[in-house]
Amino acid sequence: MSSPATIRPRSPQTAPAPRGGGDSAWGGPAHSRHPFTALIARDLRLAARRRVEALLPVAFFTVAASLFPLGVGPEPQVLRQMAPGVVWVCALLASMLSVTQLYAQDHADGSLEQLLLSGMPPVLVALAKAIAHWLVTGLPLLVAAPIFGLLFDMSVPAIGALLITLALGTPILSFLGGVGAALTLGLRSGGVLLILLILPLCIPALIFGAGAVGAIESGLSARGHYSLLGALLITTALLAPLATAAALRISTE
Amino acid sequence: MTSPLPLRWFTFAAPSRFYALSGALLPWLWTVTVGLAVAGLYIGFFVAPSDATQGQAYRVIFIHVPAAWVGMVLYLAMAFWAAVGWAFNARLASMVARAIAPTGALFTFVALWTGAFWGRPTWGTWWVWDARLTSTLVLLFLYLGFIALVEAIDDTRRADHAGALLALIGAVNVPIIYFSVRWWSTLHQGATISATSAPKMASIMLTAMLLMTFAFWAYAFAVVFARTRAIVLERERDTEWVAALSQGKKSTA
Repeated sequence: MSSPATIRPRSPQTAPAPRGGGDSAWGGPAHSRHPFTALIARDLRLAARRRVEALLPVAFFTVAASLFPLGVGPEPQVLRQMAPGVVWVCALLASMLSVTQLYAQDHADGSLEQLLLSGMPPVLVALAKAIAHWLVTGLPLLVAAPIFGLLFDMSVPAIGALLITLALGTPILSFLGGVGAALTLGLRSGGVLLILLILPLCIPALIFGAGAVGAIESGLSARGHYSLLGALLITTALLAPLATAAALRISTE
Repeated sequence: MTSPLPLRWFTFAAPSRFYALSGALLPWLWTVTVGLAVAGLYIGFFVAPSDATQGQAYRVIFIHVPAAWVGMVLYLAMAFWAAVGWAFNARLASMVARAIAPTGALFTFVALWTGAFWGRPTWGTWWVWDARLTSTLVLLFLYLGFIALVEAIDDTRRADHAGALLALIGAVNVPIIYFSVRWWSTLHQGATISATSAPKMASIMLTAMLLMTFAFWAYAFAVVFARTRAIVLERERDTEWVAALSQGKKSTA
């Protein structure tokens, strides 16, 4: 595997747009693309070049969720009751553990400063990075979650509700995690610190996410939960990039 | 500097003037703290009658409720001063915000701890996952996150600004967290034990509680001023007035 510096086909002189290069595997020629999509494509390409690293959060999710039946006991009744909470907490931890690396690489090799100097609004940088993070870690979690639904003996409607809440909720985690990653940029104890900072802010998403599945399993409608999760997602998507941009400015000034 | 009017709001924003003013105020604040605490504790523990249903156990209220109030308001005060320090680049405001954090965390912890001691004889348990208790616990996490973040960053300017951003995000999130936790606890528990339905209180009890509240406030001011003075000395150690201060101390000692 080559070093990140040689993978990134971009030099400081090519500002404003961080160009993806003509040989892009992710769409048309790079120069015709908006910097925003180019940045997402670049992060996806970086993840694709380091596939094992990109799949680590899902691996963590799988292993962590598998530990619960071993710790609590294999009774299907207990497992069914715990399942939504377990899957949600493991998804939350997997997102938090992976989001520490969101800006770390770019900060270490200097490309983050170039991005911020490129003339692209920092809010868009933050938004693109959070979306890329969700595509790399959130989507695989969505694929892995139904398998755990079956392992934990959940009913099919409950698994459906779990998928909907994860689809609405994991982007919230990526957005909030971006704020934490920007705040703890380059700090010695960044990873643990980020989790301490951001986990309390994730509590509402966890409550409504796991609560929706619980409501379905006890025969109630989960539409209220979906609406609240959606509202949280919209609010977070609007405010978190602003906070991330401010945090990036603070951390790199 | 010629006329005392109109009032200049920023006179004491200069660390040297604040140092002199707080030094003059500190003995008074400590006197008020001790006086009010002695009066409040005496009325609370010896004058106030025992409660009809809870017996003597209710007397924890004289420490518990004021600590919870002060702990909550101090978070807002911390976020406010941190934001002022960030927005106007006011160094003293950032120092005050940093000085508030440990005191706020202490009061929140005291509220939780005395709450456990109160819950054991009255509810029969040290802890219930009630909305108030849970959101107070989250408030403690927010304080710890703030302290951990500003301590982890070596550069004072970055630490102050990052802490301000985090405190603001926390302040925005506190209501969201509170309402989500409240909804969650009502979903999970039904109407079990409510910390909200306080019976109408005898005026003697209210007097003791208010005395203790003012005592805690005086304590908070005294400790925050003392801690701010230490931070001022540390950060301004290269200035002339601090040098003159230590020279003066040396010559008189």
